Amino acid sequence: MMVPLGHVVTLAGLLFTAGLLGVLLRRNLIMILIGVEIMLNAAGIVLVGASAYWRHPAGQLFALLLMPVAAAEVTVALALVIYLKRSRGTLDVNRFDGMKG
Amino acid sequence: MTALLFYILSALALLTTLLCLTRPNPVHALLYLMQALFAVALLYYLLGAPLLAAWQVILYAGAIMVLFLFVIMLLEPASAAKNAAAKRFRWIPPAMIGSLLLACGGILVGMDPLKSGEIAGFWLSPRGFGQALFEHFGLAVEIVSLILLFAAVGAFHLARRHSANREDAS
Repeated sequence: MMVPLGHVVTLAGLLFTAGLLGVLLRRNLIMILIGVEIMLNAAGIVLVGASAYWRHPAGQLFALLLMPVAAAEVTVALALVIYLKRSRGTLDVNRFDGMKG
Repeated sequence: MTALLFYILSALALLTTLLCLTRPNPVHALLYLMQALFAVALLYYLLGAPLLAAWQVILYAGAIMVLFLFVIMLLEPASAAKNAAAKRFRWIPPAMIGSLLLACGGILVGMDPLKSGEIAGFWLSPRGFGQALFEHFGLAVEIVSLILLFAAVGAFHLARRHSANREDAS
């Protein structure tokens, strides 16, 4: 393997951190979902990099199984977005404070 | 050469991700996210996963991003069409990133991994991928298909209009 595994993991860590910051700092629900997508992609990069490092196909297979899981998550989350927009009329997460103690 | 391509693609993926997360308009963010996903697909190809790279483009950059676009267009048509003529030359940065990605992809595909050894020391052909998948993870494929079915049913239930039977639903 010509690229060291540490660099692949570093790239995935940076992407994951960027997605996490997007989830924590953005207030639009759709932007939060985009941050989750970025984090899932970072996990996929680690899996494929590990698969190339150990020369074993299992990492790539798990990265493949990650894609339908991400698709299912996005499907349900976008349905929730549509439901919230209809019932509350907004996508600003600061307005969804019905469970605030 | 492959190491240089790896670092170029990594920089492009990080740059497009940061641009995506800092856009105020969700449609612009989504278009930058598509470029980030394309960069990640090229990274998959570089790391020896050609079939996974193809599915990354088809599934992620194709299906899931179009789903996002549908929802944004459905919910916020005003923000999608807002200030369309604000800046004249804002298509230049995404066009530059896109052409860089296309150039990297062309170099990668033109390298012919089967003839010149392997790109990253490991190359899983689609045939080997399918054999490994269905020899060891056949049950996982079935479970994932069930997850997709449940997600589709749940999404249908959530996004249904409840105005007709609001009394007996509450």
